[in-house]
Amino acid sequence: MLARANPLAKLGAAVALLLVLFISVDLLTTALVLAILVVSIGFSGIGVRALLGRAWPVLVTAVMVGLLNGLATEVHENAWAVGITLALRLLAIVLAGTLALASTNPTDMADALQQQLHLPARPAVGALAAMRLLPVLAEEWRTLALARRARGVSADGSPVRWVRLAAGQLLSLLVSAVRRATQLALAMDARGFGSGTRRTSARPQRMRGSDWVLLLGGAAAGLAAIVVSLVAGSWRSLFGG
Amino acid sequence: MQRGWRTVDVVVGSVLGVAFGAVFQGWNLAWAALAPAFVTLPPLQGLMYGVWLLPAVIVPLVVRRPGAALLGETVAAAASVYFGTPWGLVIVVYGLAQGAAAELVFAMTLYRAWRLPVAVLAGAAAGGAAALLDLALYYPAWPIEWQLAYLALVMPSAALVAGVGGWLLVRGLGAAGALAPFAAGREQPEV
Amino acid sequence: MSDTGRPASPAPSVEASGWGWRHAGRRAWALRGLDLRIEAGERVLLLGASGAGKSTLLLALAGLLDGGSGRSEGSLTLDGRSPATLRDRIGIVFQDPATQLVMGRAGDDVAFGLENRGVPTERIWPLVDEALERVGFGYARDRPTAALSGGEQQRLALAGAMALRPGLLLLDEPTANLDPEGAALVRESLERILREARPTLLLVEHHVAEVLPLIDRVIVLEAGGGVLVEGPPDHLFARYGDRLAAAGIWVPGYPLPAPVSRPRPAAATVLTTDQLRFRHPGAAHDALRRTDLQVRSAEALAVTGPTGSGKTTLALLLGGLLRPTGGSVVAGEALAAGHAGDPIWRWRARELVLHIGSVFQQPGHQFLTRRVRDELRLGPLQAGLGAAQADRRADELLARLHLEPLAAANPFTLSGGEQRRLSVATALATAPSLVILDEPTFGQDRRTAAELLALLAATRDAGHGLVVVTHDREFAAALADRTLRLAAPAPDEVA
Repeated sequence: MLARANPLAKLGAAVALLLVLFISVDLLTTALVLAILVVSIGFSGIGVRALLGRAWPVLVTAVMVGLLNGLATEVHENAWAVGITLALRLLAIVLAGTLALASTNPTDMADALQQQLHLPARPAVGALAAMRLLPVLAEEWRTLALARRARGVSADGSPVRWVRLAAGQLLSLLVSAVRRATQLALAMDARGFGSGTRRTSARPQRMRGSDWVLLLGGAAAGLAAIVVSLVAGSWRSLFGG
Repeated sequence: MQRGWRTVDVVVGSVLGVAFGAVFQGWNLAWAALAPAFVTLPPLQGLMYGVWLLPAVIVPLVVRRPGAALLGETVAAAASVYFGTPWGLVIVVYGLAQGAAAELVFAMTLYRAWRLPVAVLAGAAAGGAAALLDLALYYPAWPIEWQLAYLALVMPSAALVAGVGGWLLVRGLGAAGALAPFAAGREQPEV
Repeated sequence: MSDTGRPASPAPSVEASGWGWRHAGRRAWALRGLDLRIEAGERVLLLGASGAGKSTLLLALAGLLDGGSGRSEGSLTLDGRSPATLRDRIGIVFQDPATQLVMGRAGDDVAFGLENRGVPTERIWPLVDEALERVGFGYARDRPTAALSGGEQQRLALAGAMALRPGLLLLDEPTANLDPEGAALVRESLERILREARPTLLLVEHHVAEVLPLIDRVIVLEAGGGVLVEGPPDHLFARYGDRLAAAGIWVPGYPLPAPVSRPRPAAATVLTTDQLRFRHPGAAHDALRRTDLQVRSAEALAVTGPTGSGKTTLALLLGGLLRPTGGSVVAGEALAAGHAGDPIWRWRARELVLHIGSVFQQPGHQFLTRRVRDELRLGPLQAGLGAAQADRRADELLARLHLEPLAAANPFTLSGGEQRRLSVATALATAPSLVILDEPTFGQDRRTAAELLALLAATRDAGHGLVVVTHDREFAAALADRTLRLAAPAPDEVA
């Protein structure tokens, strides 16, 4: 269902919740926002099992964060609460980030940014075009590693040599990247990209009623969590509070 | 030399970002798997950072336009999460912050300085931004002395790896003749 | 801005008078003193040795060379006007599909050019569908561009260039990066386009014979000069065929000179594979299916097959660079004395380079140093042969491959042909028993290909084993003693 939503509506709702999570370090706010996010998973089209499968490093990190902060905090009486809060907060932040971009196509995102936020076309489309080279460059990175082995060059366990090797490999990749980019820029100019004519768009992006509901609903939910926490007297901000 | 962005500036800047994004995919995987350990050993986290900050230094040095640091670093972050990682947007936010911090440094020179000292400062600034995000995300409950110590550890290694390393890489690009369309390349002898 | 309701733009005539261009940062002129006239609607094949300025001319005609990238002299006009003012009436296609396509979906890519030119939204999609139909694209608009083969991608690029029915169509080696099947797809599309429209056409193409039926006239350019010769194809090749072939042009009817026949040492087994297969981690199908073969010294084995059949994977496995997913590649006694039976993927890089040389498809992937001479010294040094030996080998190879004047140059600044020669030379520097080459004649002109053929034949005759992965049937026929043809992946196996 989220797949059909406007990319900026999804992003905006998630960013609102992220901001709330960022500035709040108390258990109540964090738990409320996390609950909202977990419920949203159902609408996102992401399988829960798939999510958990790839998320285990996040879970482990969250546990470590909980432990580290709980042990280091100066507020000794509630150390366990601090630990759990921060662990949940991290989980919620990552989850919000995942839902923000869930099933968003890069082309649609670039369109929405240009049409709705009036981001200039040149960087948006330029970056989108560059993304097409990602698989090519990733493949080239692997090939460069193999090419080094073929030339008899390997690190043989020495960290210094590993750094030099990696730096050389990176340089080769960058040289190739610049060459391809120069050629791509030429091809884009040949198709009228740099000409200064005002671009039209083939895929109009706009906000529908449901998109506004998503965006404003997300923001409202986040604010509500803070309000509830304030009313309960338990709200604490990141910046010493 | 203050002309607007040409197509080649945007595309080369973006593709450099994407190239780093491709490299980071592996780097990110390593980080994601090792994150639990890093979180316990902050100095290691500091060392990994330098690599992530390279686009914020390299793209401006090559392209030499306002906004280059922001573009390069953000595109690199976006490309590195393209194939899907749970850390997704978080990494893009880091990219935006790191790019913006480096951008500030170049802006303060009125976009006229493109040599090693600026590179090092930009690297340090980007590292500082990343460290601040880390503190907000992972160590918010730490005592202030520890937090400052963290900053003090991350920023110099970032300045070194991203600033000096980035500058050296751009010189390598110039020597390979790859920078002909750019001012950075005109400092090379004729072939 | 174009009015989209209008039929094709009128085809312009092309006129050059004393025209020359010098790229910024170069000392030599790409072209100088060019005088030519091409009539509206004429179809011209542009030929010349590598570096003869063909691409430069096309870029200039497309209005893409501006004062910032170099200096010009003389005049170059379309219908008497500067090309930059007529950009909307010109379509150009380059040789590499990967750096031409801009969007993730086919239809969006064709729409890209229309968006740039301010075509109103409601007119865009009909034009896109028309353009895709015109080249015979065969897929729906939302087909991901990454799922297209090279030939299909070039078709899409052609559709993009044709979307606004340009009067001038420029094609810069459109089939150079494609396998024979892909090249055929592109030629088919071109034929379709030319059947229903009559733009002025300038085509740069190495596979001359296949495009001759489409061409009215041939113009041959010379590096740093202007027109060398020109005229109708049959007449031109009959009269100047020898000179052109010697200059590096792939003249139809002039096959590569057959290598000198020499006595060879007896062949011995260098590598044996047993049920060898490879699958990328997480992939649904094998990249290389079970293969059994033997590679022998003093013998050349050609590996052919369509894209996706696993040729490059096989080359990497035979080079000891990948670990097999199943089966094995083991060394024969002739590869490394005393190591018969070793699986080569286990060898350390220093060992490997001494016995097997791998030459990759893109020479740039293998350049690790900043000077040509250092590249040649690297292999022997890594293999532990000592600095004196390394120097000697380097000097030998510099002389043998005519690279002496470039000894101190940065490898990346060499021309395509020079880079190719250098990459082969670096593989030979350690005198390995086996040399594996992946598409060595890719994009090379006839002269470099002939040199490579002679060099590789001599290497083989001296007792080295050769494995050459190639699409080039002529090259394979001239060099190979045996051919291994890999089968295409089954239809359900394509990603």
